[in-house]
Amino acid sequence: MANRTDASTAHAEGAMTVRRVAWETARFVLSELRPRGSILTPFNVITGAIILSGLVLIVIRFAYGLGSVSNLSQNYPWGIWIGFDVITGVAFAGGAYVLTFVVHILKVKKFEPIVRVTVLNGFLAYLFYAGMLLLDLGRPWNVINPVIGNAFGFGSVLFLVAWHFMLYMICEFLEFSPAVAEWLNWPRARRILEGLTTGAVIFGITLSTLHQSGLGALFLLAPSKIHPLWYSANLPVLFFVSSIFAGISMVMIESFFTQKAFKDRIGHELHAAHDSILLGLGKGAVGALFAYAFLKLIDFVHYRQWIYLGTPMGYWYLFELVGFVLLPTALFLVAIRTRNAKLVQFTAFLTAAGVILNRLNVSVIAFKWYETVRYYPSWMEIWVTLAIISMELWVFRWVISRMPVFGGAHQVVEAEAAEDMEVVVWKASVS
Amino acid sequence: MKLNRRLFLRVAGMAGAAGGGLLAGGGPSAQAAQLHRTSQGDVEFNGMLIDTTKCIGCRACEAACNEANKLPTPAASFSSANVFETTRDTTTGAFTVVNRFPNEKKPDEPIFVRKQCMHCDQPACASACLCKAMEKTKEAAVIYHKDRCMGCRYCMIACPFDIPKFEYDSAAPFVWKCDFCNERQQKGELPACSEVCPTGATLFGKKRDLLEIARTRIYKAPDKYVHRIYGEHEAGGTGWLYLMGAPEEKLGLRTNLGTTPYPELTSGFLYGVPLVFVLWPSLLFGLNYLIKDNKVSEERKILRGEQD
Repeated sequence: MANRTDASTAHAEGAMTVRRVAWETARFVLSELRPRGSILTPFNVITGAIILSGLVLIVIRFAYGLGSVSNLSQNYPWGIWIGFDVITGVAFAGGAYVLTFVVHILKVKKFEPIVRVTVLNGFLAYLFYAGMLLLDLGRPWNVINPVIGNAFGFGSVLFLVAWHFMLYMICEFLEFSPAVAEWLNWPRARRILEGLTTGAVIFGITLSTLHQSGLGALFLLAPSKIHPLWYSANLPVLFFVSSIFAGISMVMIESFFTQKAFKDRIGHELHAAHDSILLGLGKGAVGALFAYAFLKLIDFVHYRQWIYLGTPMGYWYLFELVGFVLLPTALFLVAIRTRNAKLVQFTAFLTAAGVILNRLNVSVIAFKWYETVRYYPSWMEIWVTLAIISMELWVFRWVISRMPVFGGAHQVVEAEAAEDMEVVVWKASVS
Repeated sequence: MKLNRRLFLRVAGMAGAAGGGLLAGGGPSAQAAQLHRTSQGDVEFNGMLIDTTKCIGCRACEAACNEANKLPTPAASFSSANVFETTRDTTTGAFTVVNRFPNEKKPDEPIFVRKQCMHCDQPACASACLCKAMEKTKEAAVIYHKDRCMGCRYCMIACPFDIPKFEYDSAAPFVWKCDFCNERQQKGELPACSEVCPTGATLFGKKRDLLEIARTRIYKAPDKYVHRIYGEHEAGGTGWLYLMGAPEEKLGLRTNLGTTPYPELTSGFLYGVPLVFVLWPSLLFGLNYLIKDNKVSEERKILRGEQD
């Protein structure tokens, strides 16, 4: 009898403690949600306006259908929401799997300081591009169909891409989660989550290989619609390889901006190592670019693509290949030889432009190039894209300014943290 | 530790389910290996033979299709000949349209060509769909399951004939196309367009028989027809076959589709998926351990060096 009372009291206390800890946590999160610094900065005003008006456009899109905001048609079912936001955006998120491979598998310490920010970028990119995908779906509420299994289209590349997107987001969140645990000051959770990192990284790389190439494989089904200069049975491999240098150049571009915008958040160590990291990334990019150029050459010979060179599409193809693949390769090589970090960073912008060009070519520009009435995006499609990017920047900034993202893992002193927890528990038991 | 393992198993399980599923997905594509097949299992595919030399452009098929599928009334009536001024495409409200093309041999007798879903033997749209909203029945029809569709429009990207049409102006849009009057076929009735055709320009039957009829007609009147049956091999073979009074490029039919069944274009990639799923994790885990051991032994060397 007495035992039971003890047990129930202990149970009640336990429940109260849990409730108390939850309350403390909630209050902590709420306080963290409050903006820091001045609100009326030019960046905030501009992006805020874009986001608000973008939301209006999104409401219109859902109320009146895709045709009300986009220039999509029966001839061009996919526009820039797929071609730019998803097909291109996901390539740029490739930096996360490349860097986690280098740091967690190959154990190259040099790039450790930028792993977290890259994984964060990748995760947010997937989160917002997956959101973007929902905007483009005619019946987004049915998006669970291929997940819950009432209709599995196993023979579909898109089925693979959808599943891998989803699983990869979980992997990336796991990879980033130690930083969240540090922010919340949960040392035990952090230890557990850290232990999952290697597994998450390995699955992440596998999933990335498959869905990055899967995005290219989507277009294998349109052999008679994509201009012969861009159609290739190698599209999956081309997309995979280009996602490597797309991801790496995005890391460099992102560092260009964060070095300016988050000066105070970046430790001296990372600041000092910055140039050497950039040069290292440049070396990685040039390897992938080389492989890509070679694959393109194979296509050129295999598909006898030279016969199309004299046409307008041929000039456009040369512009892409010479200006945004061969030129960046050369510039990277020069920059690495002369140890010119600035040139590496500049070349990253050039490379990224090339990736945008190529992905848009495959998915939009060279797609049904023979039609007389062509698709071009409406201003509303572009506006919504800008709004989504702005939202991502806001969330990115929010995380950067609160969680330990730069300069690798912070050492949470467990004893101290344990004391903190004890205080919370003690407070809870007193009240 | 317990949580660790459980989470790991969960992730591994999910990854395994996806990988295994894709492995199983190889099945239908593996069957695709037999080219030019005209039937599935024991059931022979149905088909339709369109003889462009017999069509008089009366548009009775359009009207019958409209009625059978309860489609909205079009702006121009079905007896109006003005619609032939422009080349029309099928829409979400018109699953079949008849177009008029000039006849170079006999200028007074233009050639009329119907356009609708070709009901491919191995349809690209069905292989593209990730939730099986497009499905090839064993009799021939490629049908659309409204309740499964998420509106991604990948079927429209994939279809070599540009047939699926999407309701861009609806908040809850569907994809629409000819379904070969599947329900009527199930009841043993003819497709509405075929039943109503006054000249026999649309002939319904088993694809094998239709091919024979088509060849016989070509042999009997070699000057009247192009000596090819459009749809026999296009995109791996289609359920609808065309006898042409002029070369296909003059009749608005796509010429560069090749003879490979479209699902085969992606089956190679999909075969690779389970391979990557097995190879990558094992290689990466191996690499990870290898480098870890290497680092440890290096440290030992340093320690030993200090001891010496």
